[in-house]
Amino acid sequence: MTVRRAALNTAAALGLLYILTPLIFVVWLAFFRQEIPSFPPEGYSLRWFAAIFDEPKFVNGFSLSFQVGALATAIGLALGVPAALCVTRYQFRMRTPLASLLLMPLIVPGVVLGTSMYVFHVNLENALDVDVLGTFYALVAGHVVIVIPWVVRLVTASLAGVDRATEEAAQNLGANAWVTFWRITLPAIRPGIVAGALFGFVTSFGNLEMSLFLVGPGRTTLPIVILQYLEWKIDPTIAAVSVVQILLIGIAMLITDHYVKLARII
Amino acid sequence: MAQLEIQNLVKRYGDFHAVRDVSLNVADGEFLVLLGPSGCGKTTTLRMVAGFIEPTAGQVRLGGTDVTVLPPWKRNAGMVFQSYALFPHLTVAQNVAFGLEMRKVPRADIDKRVEETLALVRLKGYGARLPRQLSGGQQQRVALARALAIRPDVLLLDEPLSNLDAKLRQEVRVEIRELQQKMGLTTVMVTHDQEEALTMADRLVVMNEGSVRQVGSQRDLYERPADRFVAGFVGRSTFLDGTVEAPGRFRTEGGLSLACAGGTPGKASLSLRPERIEIAAAALPGLDNSLPGTVEFVSYLGALIDIHVRLSSADRLVVQIANREGGFAPGVGQHVHVGWRASAGQVFNA
Repeated sequence: MTVRRAALNTAAALGLLYILTPLIFVVWLAFFRQEIPSFPPEGYSLRWFAAIFDEPKFVNGFSLSFQVGALATAIGLALGVPAALCVTRYQFRMRTPLASLLLMPLIVPGVVLGTSMYVFHVNLENALDVDVLGTFYALVAGHVVIVIPWVVRLVTASLAGVDRATEEAAQNLGANAWVTFWRITLPAIRPGIVAGALFGFVTSFGNLEMSLFLVGPGRTTLPIVILQYLEWKIDPTIAAVSVVQILLIGIAMLITDHYVKLARII
Repeated sequence: MAQLEIQNLVKRYGDFHAVRDVSLNVADGEFLVLLGPSGCGKTTTLRMVAGFIEPTAGQVRLGGTDVTVLPPWKRNAGMVFQSYALFPHLTVAQNVAFGLEMRKVPRADIDKRVEETLALVRLKGYGARLPRQLSGGQQQRVALARALAIRPDVLLLDEPLSNLDAKLRQEVRVEIRELQQKMGLTTVMVTHDQEEALTMADRLVVMNEGSVRQVGSQRDLYERPADRFVAGFVGRSTFLDGTVEAPGRFRTEGGLSLACAGGTPGKASLSLRPERIEIAAAALPGLDNSLPGTVEFVSYLGALIDIHVRLSSADRLVVQIANREGGFAPGVGQHVHVGWRASAGQVFNA
């Protein structure tokens, strides 16, 4: 028994190590003093973190990614929550295809999504005779598509745990459909909404492939800034940027977990 | 409180008739129980009264007002759900207050009424707890308080006791009934448990396959069941299949000729209550029917003993006797005599 237990723990530890190794090295690298990453480090310094702020590209990229992620998440929630309600609560002919369609962006490669949106934007621009391609709103619209599957998936999961009788009880006590949704259904699915928003935001924030097709001149998201920087330099600034990003997402997850136990939903 | 009238209520799902032409009147302050096996239409009927299901045809009137097409939130009906359906994110007091808030009752009055209602169900001091911190029995009482707080015209109970353990169920049964009588609540309860139905109801409605089979008091249903279904569902009956040869004369499939009460000639079954049959070592000449038989099976229930007696190749009876000290208690294989009065049996023509 103890042997089996030890074997299991070893396997788990190896798995965890495999996942964490790149993260450990990125964080380590961010504190190296020398410009060319080589082992062993010649010493440690915080200069690369300071360097981030000397490069307006990083600051602007971060700001844009944050704005796009926040707006796309908000719109994704407004569309995804009703969609999840629709496919779990109602029986209609195209229900199963619609449910699959809503999750589709998760399995379509980002390059394919980006190319098709690019072509779509070009055609839309020609048809409407307004600027579409490379605008902020076109970029947000693209990101909404990759936020929706997360919202739908996690809200659907939490809807499954809602006792329909509680909604009927509210109506029985005098609440109309709208009040019932706000007072009873919404609080019950709040964990799913929070988790969906968090994962949607993280997905949007880190998206590279699709965004490459949608950004315009002077409008570059953080992952693209990082990629472009890497074409010329490989100093630890990139590692420092990554550490900041990892920290921010980690903090977001901890805050979320404080309100909603993430382990219970995912 | 008010009177509830259900008129020619019908619910069809495609070709399936969930409820066929049900008409019932529940008087002000009456406790009516809808009793039947699962799928008999009793819950569908209740849900049409609450407004969760739209009837295909018919009318529901509450206190003289036609509410048939009103949504649930515009009917003043308080419902207790089988799962209790308490709002998990609200405290006990907030649960009970919900219906009052919807009715725009002033805050001070809400607090007072919540307090009163919780005291009524013996949950004083539990207002600040969350539903999950309560036992099943306490949750059930919160559900009841929540439905009562709105002072409903009618109280609807959907299998309210089925999630409680057997002992608690017996206590809550009495508690709800006493509360109902004290407050004069017009109540409709749905259950499949006949003991529950018999102990709580003023009047019972037996339903099967979407139709009302019989409406009446406990005694009506037990002593004068309207058909074979009711005879089998309320209490226990042994059925002997055969034919009525002439009024008062029944011949079983096994060829036994029996005296019975009335009956129209033709195929029929004779229903006998196990406790109305006597069993002895010798013939019972004082009774209209006295027949020899062999004990095939005995089940010992403590206070009572069930004895299965074979009368002929096709006929078998269950006799129930009280377990008295020194009483006649035959064993398997023993030859016995069983007997009953003609009036003890009921004939149902097929």
